[in-house]
Amino acid sequence: MFLINCPYCGERDQQEFKAGGEAHIERPKQPTELSDDEWAEYLFMRKNIKGVQFERWNHAHGCRKWFNMARDTSNDEIKAIYKMGEKPPTQ
Amino acid sequence: MTLNLRVKSSEFIDETNRISFKFDGKTYYGFKGDTLASALIANNVHLVGRSFKYHRPRGIMTSGSEEPNAIVQVNPNSNITEPNARATEIEIYEGLEASSQNCWPSVNFDIGGINNFLAPLFPAGFYYKTFMWPKSFWEKYEFFIRHSAGLGKSPNTRDPDIYDHRNIHCDVLVVGAGISGILAAKNAAKNNFKTLLLDEKNELGGSTIFEANEDNKINHNSASEWLKKEINELKNIENLEIKTRTSVAAYHQYNYLLARENLTDHLVKKDKKNKIRQRLLKIRAKKVILATGALERPLIFNNNDRPGIMLSSAIKKYSNFYGVACGTKNIFFTNNDSAYESALSLHNKGIKVEAIIDIRENSDTKIIKKINDAGIKIYWAHTIVDTRGYKRLSGVSIMKLSNDGTSVTGNKISISCDCLGIAGGWTPAVHLYTQSGSKLTFDEERKIFFPKTDTKEQISVGSCGGDFELDEIITNLNYKLKNFLNINKTDFEGISLENDHETSKRNIWLLPSDKTIGKTKPFVDYQNDATAKDIKLALREGFRSIEHVKRYTTTGMGTDQGKLGNMHALGIIADTAGVKMGELGTTTFRPPYTPLTFGTIVGRNVGEFFDTFRRTPMNDWHIKNKAEFENVGQWKRSWYYPKEDETMHQAVQRESKAARQSAGILDASTLGKIDIQGSDASEFLNRVYTNAWSKLAIGKCRYGLMLNEDGMVYDDGVTTRLGENHYIMTTTTGGAANVLGKLEDYLQTEWPELDVYLTSVTDHFATASLCGPNSKKILNKIIPDLDLSDDNFPHMSFKEVLIDKIKCRIMRISFTGELSYEINAPASYGEAIWQKCIEAGKEFNITPYGTETMHLLRAEKGFIIVGQDTDGTMTPIDLQMDWIVSKKKYDFIGKRSLYRSDTMKEDRKQLVGLLTEDPNIVLEEGAQIVSELNQKPVEMLGHVTSSYFSPNLNKSIALAVVKDGKNMMGRKLFVPMENKNISVTVANTVFYDEKNERLNA
Amino acid sequence: MRNKYSIFSLFKNALSYHENWQRAWKDPAPKKEYDAVIVGGGGHGLATAYYLAKKHNMQNIAVVEKGWIGGGNTGRNTTIIRSNYLWDASAGLYDHALKIWEGLSQELNYNVMFSQRGVMNLAHNLQDVRDLKRRTHANRLNGIDAVYLNTEEVKKFCPIINTSQDIRYPVLGGTLQRRAGTARHDAVAWGYARGADEMGVDIIQNCEVKSIKRSGDIVEGIDTTKGFIKTKKIGVVAAGHSSVVANMAGLKLPLESKPLQALVSEPVKPIIDTVVMSNAVHAYVSQSDKGELVIGAGTDDYISYSQKGSHQIVEGTLNAILELYPIFSRMRMLRQWGGIVDICPDASPILSKTSIKGLYFNCGWGTGGFKATPGSGDLFAHTIANDEPHKLNAAFNLNRFVSGDLVDEHGAAAVAH
Repeated sequence: MFLINCPYCGERDQQEFKAGGEAHIERPKQPTELSDDEWAEYLFMRKNIKGVQFERWNHAHGCRKWFNMARDTSNDEIKAIYKMGEKPPTQ
Repeated sequence: MTLNLRVKSSEFIDETNRISFKFDGKTYYGFKGDTLASALIANNVHLVGRSFKYHRPRGIMTSGSEEPNAIVQVNPNSNITEPNARATEIEIYEGLEASSQNCWPSVNFDIGGINNFLAPLFPAGFYYKTFMWPKSFWEKYEFFIRHSAGLGKSPNTRDPDIYDHRNIHCDVLVVGAGISGILAAKNAAKNNFKTLLLDEKNELGGSTIFEANEDNKINHNSASEWLKKEINELKNIENLEIKTRTSVAAYHQYNYLLARENLTDHLVKKDKKNKIRQRLLKIRAKKVILATGALERPLIFNNNDRPGIMLSSAIKKYSNFYGVACGTKNIFFTNNDSAYESALSLHNKGIKVEAIIDIRENSDTKIIKKINDAGIKIYWAHTIVDTRGYKRLSGVSIMKLSNDGTSVTGNKISISCDCLGIAGGWTPAVHLYTQSGSKLTFDEERKIFFPKTDTKEQISVGSCGGDFELDEIITNLNYKLKNFLNINKTDFEGISLENDHETSKRNIWLLPSDKTIGKTKPFVDYQNDATAKDIKLALREGFRSIEHVKRYTTTGMGTDQGKLGNMHALGIIADTAGVKMGELGTTTFRPPYTPLTFGTIVGRNVGEFFDTFRRTPMNDWHIKNKAEFENVGQWKRSWYYPKEDETMHQAVQRESKAARQSAGILDASTLGKIDIQGSDASEFLNRVYTNAWSKLAIGKCRYGLMLNEDGMVYDDGVTTRLGENHYIMTTTTGGAANVLGKLEDYLQTEWPELDVYLTSVTDHFATASLCGPNSKKILNKIIPDLDLSDDNFPHMSFKEVLIDKIKCRIMRISFTGELSYEINAPASYGEAIWQKCIEAGKEFNITPYGTETMHLLRAEKGFIIVGQDTDGTMTPIDLQMDWIVSKKKYDFIGKRSLYRSDTMKEDRKQLVGLLTEDPNIVLEEGAQIVSELNQKPVEMLGHVTSSYFSPNLNKSIALAVVKDGKNMMGRKLFVPMENKNISVTVANTVFYDEKNERLNA
Repeated sequence: MRNKYSIFSLFKNALSYHENWQRAWKDPAPKKEYDAVIVGGGGHGLATAYYLAKKHNMQNIAVVEKGWIGGGNTGRNTTIIRSNYLWDASAGLYDHALKIWEGLSQELNYNVMFSQRGVMNLAHNLQDVRDLKRRTHANRLNGIDAVYLNTEEVKKFCPIINTSQDIRYPVLGGTLQRRAGTARHDAVAWGYARGADEMGVDIIQNCEVKSIKRSGDIVEGIDTTKGFIKTKKIGVVAAGHSSVVANMAGLKLPLESKPLQALVSEPVKPIIDTVVMSNAVHAYVSQSDKGELVIGAGTDDYISYSQKGSHQIVEGTLNAILELYPIFSRMRMLRQWGGIVDICPDASPILSKTSIKGLYFNCGWGTGGFKATPGSGDLFAHTIANDEPHKLNAAFNLNRFVSGDLVDEHGAAAVAH
């Protein structure tokens, strides 16, 4: 059960949050320009990283804000939390 | 045999409080403070159960939660019965009943005992190798296997007890209240850390508290006396909460721990009533100090499982703590000094110790001298090669060990005894430590796994940290605590410590016998009857990984989860395979540490609290008017309103007719409502719905279809433009939360540039939907001032009005095809507005209708229900709703997916109407549709999604999805049922009022 | 020639104190080159190797496993086997597997304890009823045994279910597939391993794949912790770790690996004789032959390879268990654990060629892969041997995520146990 430091509310139990999968997959600005393959890449293909992954979380039962997290998926260690629109931490 | 083995009054036992209890139907007596195990031993009862596989007689091995053998059914045949309870943990109370398990007809004479003689046929994994012939017999074999397996009996009535949860946030959690835990908790609390101290036992002090070793001294006092004073001082410390009878079950990530607090199991039945039985503590601790102690190891030798064979430390506890002797003629068998302490305790109480058998060559510590002085014979470098006694130990045979410890030599000596204490050394209780994700390291010298690392959030102290000697424990504790809590000094720094140090060690995981191993039964896992030869067999057969061996032999899979034998299993594997134990690794210790009651995990979330009920503001009216309810998500929705002895069908037919002929009223409050505001609200709707929104005039309503990004229909509903930058969106009842979540997601993460704010207002409004040709008249009675003419208030428009000074929103929208008005009132006035409609509608025989009629009426019009007529695989094109998909808009959620090769196929499954050849036959929803009957394999073209008998058309109607349905208009198809085939014709989805004339009727 | 397992061999070996049993499989060092290498020694991987050797005459093959065989989801699942799937493609796939299950113990000469005690799926709301009826009709027309039961029939088949209509989500009905049931999970891995080994397949444990070597779009071999192994065909059956292996080949898959938890109670005498599943209140329960109640919990919503899940999932599952079986309130949880399940967006698996020649993936089984083990192995072996899918797994290709021709089993089951 993670303890997640919501950038807007502070530390809260994982129960209050929903995970939103891999982060920094931007919705294509011009979907009609994409081939079926490219669109499938956006829609379905995921890195599904074992190791440090950047991912989206939502404080669903709290402030309802989305934010990003860097988390090691091999041991669930949360490395960093940063707001939407911010660049992922480099280290 | 009513031999009284109570030897000495103990301060932990209240001999003034005599308690009677029943075991296997016979009444016994014990005292307040006894466990079932100690009380049985006091009555000279050692045979308490039968083993899992061979049904061998088994007794009490231990004095704690690691007990593998003495597990019983508590209060059999009552509603508070419990299987597999450990006699060593059950505190007796007046009226307690318990019985042995896994035996028939009785523990004394158990038919299953024959398995013991058939044991050669039941080696590890025997069931994988047989029961395969004849094939059809497996069911019968399995029946037999299942009935011989299992231990106790599941309760078969409802549990009368209450369970509870409590969330605790603390600075420091200390697990285990032995000497280390007590000192740690005390010092944490004294330094202003909010501290919680937990122990699974009912008394504080761990094993030190009943220790009688005069050689262990703190400040020149015996360690136990000194600790008692420390415990006394705990009462006066602020910031410290202590819970006994509280076992930590699980240690999850981020210092989240679960503990079970046992509140009433030790109370007499009348005191249990209406009290919380167990409470689950959900603890989030900033820092955790593990002081969980160590478990004594048995020794693995031939027939090491007879009743009367016990852990040496348990014998000491029974004598020192409970004041009972486990036998009248005792022997100890050991590889270390601790058995000598137990022996001396017995000797000092006048209990006879016949001999000590020690596998070591010698040892020269003080305690050995004392044993010699006491005249107790020590057999150095000897091992037990066999034991005697079926239902109770009667003697052992010993022989001299060879130098390398792999064989025995010399003469066999036979010694009679009725109790054997075995002492195989100590295993740090690292279960919680490893559950937390931390790694162990192996000490090849001491043969123990111990915690590799302490962190800022967690330390292990005392014997669970690998410190066994008193001075080592206290000194290391002092050092670790200061670092961990970042304090300058502890209150026990500098106390004087005196204790002896063990000097001689010898460890043999599997002790040799004079018989070949094939003829012996050296048990490693007592409960599951897994022996050392099973482990060797597994290795021979190629099972190399510890997990393979464990699974193949079932070692460590019993209710004790291998607390006693796992180390020996590892040792035997390592020795046999010729690898180092440290390289072998351990099996995973999985939560819970000790079994955790389901009821405790569930707490109050039972019965009506299983899940939230959501009820509309008009709910009381529905109940008063005898509505039947349907669960839709968490909502309770009125399903239909039967009158007198009407069936559902009759009620729905009546309601449906009334709504079309005069007036009906539906509680639509459960529809999701999202308030959308901001200067980019219109653009936002453009992006989330398939149709265009920019040109919707203020005061107008529009139906919208929302897709998933994969192009499939996700939700639908009517959205109304309340102002320039203000909309209210309705969603399906079940989809409300998800739609809001999805919209927020896009808004915050994809389109943060949009100035839009979303607020769920589902619960803020109650919605009464007036429907039918007379609805206008009824509304007119309620709001005479409002001009209801089609010019002023046309279909798909909205008015804000006052009804009795209450501000309401009225939308003229229709899901039935009839002239309809949806009145949205503030939730607290919902019932009043509803009542007002009912009153005003009386003269028109206004008929309340439920969801079933609503579904029927909309089906007559061919309106879809998302989730019933769609299933996540339907595009708007598939629904023949091309009209709602804007061709002009550059993009909206899901648009691109509509242009993939499969979604563009012409012959996808499409929504159509179906009419049965016989208009009286109503198709079953979910029934499949085929074009040919005799085809094999039959090709299913689609299925019936909605189906009703329409009273307004006086025939059955159905909606269905059919492959290439668009091009099948008028085609005859079949619906094959189990016992008949129904002929149907593909039709338009709109069955009623195709021209929509009734909207303005 | 290996000795056969039977009651007679047990007798015979008992006389020699079981000292003479042969190894169930060898422990070979990897050869330099194989005709095919299967990455992943779980049930599916071992079955793939078994059928490659048996049906496609490919004996010069290896299974490489980073840990110990059967140690992943094969040894962690709740062992439910059924084939009552909604869509034709799924029904074909899973019923193919079920038919193999029915003779598997005899075929492998290893008792996998396939117990056809029936699987019941419960309906708790009107849409559940529609969905289950739809599935039952589809099953019947696909030749799969399935019947719809009303509440009384549900109660009759499993008397301990609380069918009171006053509970929060009352049981409104259910479906029953009598041929469905459970099996002994470890035995499946061991049985296939023994069978494959006998035909000459090298089962190489503690051998982790480090990289996939390719020349252009053709595979050449794998680098492992036990050295380089040359091969022209690589079948990846790595379950939760599929993406990790795919990434080595520069591929992305439509997968997310999530924690799935399960738990067992202490063993008790027989109390429930079938398998009961409820999606709406999320409670799955059966009883192992040993007597433990085997309970499947749900997945967490985040990606994780830690084999741990959150407590709220376990709590939610037990809430549901006590709602449906209040008599279990005093039973105790003995052990809980987690696995890593690789989930596809349409809740259906991938058994497919890839854009790289010689590289095949068998993954995406999500929460329900165990039941498919024999069928999956058989069809994947066919795909690898012929470089072309069998008609039963043709629909489960990777291209469906591009074309949109998904096999969406969500509609039928929120979790495809």
